[in-house]
Amino acid sequence: MAAPTSDHLILPRYRRDPEGTHPPLDSPGYRSTTFRHPKQPLVLLPQKLTEVTGPLLGPGRLGEHDNDLTKQHEGEPVGQRIIVHGRLLDGDGRPIPDSLIEIWQANASGRYRHIGDQWPGPLDPNFTGLGRTLTDSNGHYEFTTIKPGAYPWKNHDNAWRPAHIHFSVFGHAFTQRLVTQMYFPDDPLFFQDPIFNSVPDEKARQRMISRYDHNRTTDHWALGFEFDIVVRGREQSVFENEEEDE
Amino acid sequence: MTTPSQTVGPYLAIGLPWEDGPTVVPEGTPGAVLITGCVYDGAKDPIPDAMIETWQADPDGRFDHPDDPRGRVPGFRGFGRCPTGPDGRYRILTLLPGPVQGQAPHIDVSVFARGLLDRVVTRIYFPENVDANAADEVLNSVPAERRHTLIAGKTDEGYRFDVHLQGEGETVFFDV
Repeated sequence: MAAPTSDHLILPRYRRDPEGTHPPLDSPGYRSTTFRHPKQPLVLLPQKLTEVTGPLLGPGRLGEHDNDLTKQHEGEPVGQRIIVHGRLLDGDGRPIPDSLIEIWQANASGRYRHIGDQWPGPLDPNFTGLGRTLTDSNGHYEFTTIKPGAYPWKNHDNAWRPAHIHFSVFGHAFTQRLVTQMYFPDDPLFFQDPIFNSVPDEKARQRMISRYDHNRTTDHWALGFEFDIVVRGREQSVFENEEEDE
Repeated sequence: MTTPSQTVGPYLAIGLPWEDGPTVVPEGTPGAVLITGCVYDGAKDPIPDAMIETWQADPDGRFDHPDDPRGRVPGFRGFGRCPTGPDGRYRILTLLPGPVQGQAPHIDVSVFARGLLDRVVTRIYFPENVDANAADEVLNSVPAERRHTLIAGKTDEGYRFDVHLQGEGETVFFDV
C-alpha cells in the first residue's frame, strides 16, 4: 500500500524519561488521585508528526506586565519580593528559545485568588498570581513576583502544601509538554507533602527545588531564585520509511 | 535530567485559560466544527476542574512547525485549550485535520486536572473515516474492544468526545 507523502520523512525522536522521574498516576497518599487515575495500562504511541511537532506560541500571548506579578495592580502586593529566573532546556542541555512559560501561584498569605479557595488567609487586592513570559534566544526566562505562602488543604490531618509556584511549559514538541511546581530550598513542609513526594526518584524530586541565587538577589529590592526547567531530550534524526517497515 | 511533572492542582483557572483558547479558529470560520465533551472520574462524576488541550494538523495534514519535513505552513494555530466548566464540559472550535503521514485524521489531546500528577494523553478520531480508521496503525495497536473510546460521536454542530479517566468505558490513554 502506497503511503502518500508519508515515506522518506526525517523526524526527531524524543527520549522517554527514566523510571521514577514522574509521579505514578496512582499515588494513594494524594487522595484526589483515587478516582482520577486510569487503571488500564497506557498504550505505547509511536512518535509521528503530530507528536514531534507542537504549538509554538509567540509574543502575541503576552501583556505588558505579564512577567512582573508585582505590577499588575494599582499598588504593590504585600510579601517578600523575589526574582525567579532560569532556563528552559531539553534533556541534552540545549536551550529552548522563544517558548511560552506560564506560572500561577498563591499570594504571600498562601491564598489563591479563586472561588474554590476559602481558607481564612487574606486576599491581596494587589495580587492576581498569574504570570507569562517567553524564553529569550538563550532559553532564559525571568519573573518578578512575591514569595507565595504555604497553604492548608484537606488531604490529611493538618496538611499544608509547601510554598510553590506552578509552571507550565510547552517546549518545542507535543512530547515535551510539561506542567510542574517549583519549590523553595529547605522548606520544612516537604516531609508531609504527598504531591512533592509523589516523585519516586530522590534526585528527580530535588530538581523541582529552586536554588537561592545571591548573584540575582538585588540589594534593597528582591531575593533571587534560580529554577531551570528541563524537558525531554531529542535523539538524532531518524530516517523513517514506512514502506520498508512493512 | 527531566524536571518531574506535578499536578495542575485545583486552581489552574488562575493561570491557564485563555480567552481564545477554545477557538483554534475564530467563530464563523467556514468549515469549523465544534468538538464538545465531558471529562468524568472513576465515580462517573463530571470533573469541573480539568483542562483539555488539543494539537492537530491543518485540513491538508500539515503543521505550522519547523520539524514538519515537508515545510512549515503558517496560519493555522492547531492548538486548543479549554478548562472544563462546573458540568465537566469543554468545547473546542476547530477545522478537521487532514490525514497525516498515512494515519487517519486525528487530534492529540492532553488532559490535566487536580488529582492527575501528570497529564494523560489520548487521541480523537472521526467516525466518518471508516476505512482510514480501520487501517490506522495507532488505532490497530489498541485492543479492539477499547478502540471506540477514541472515536468521537457525531452531533448537529460537530462531534462529541467524552473522556473517562477511570472505570467502565475508560478512555484509552497513550504513553507518548
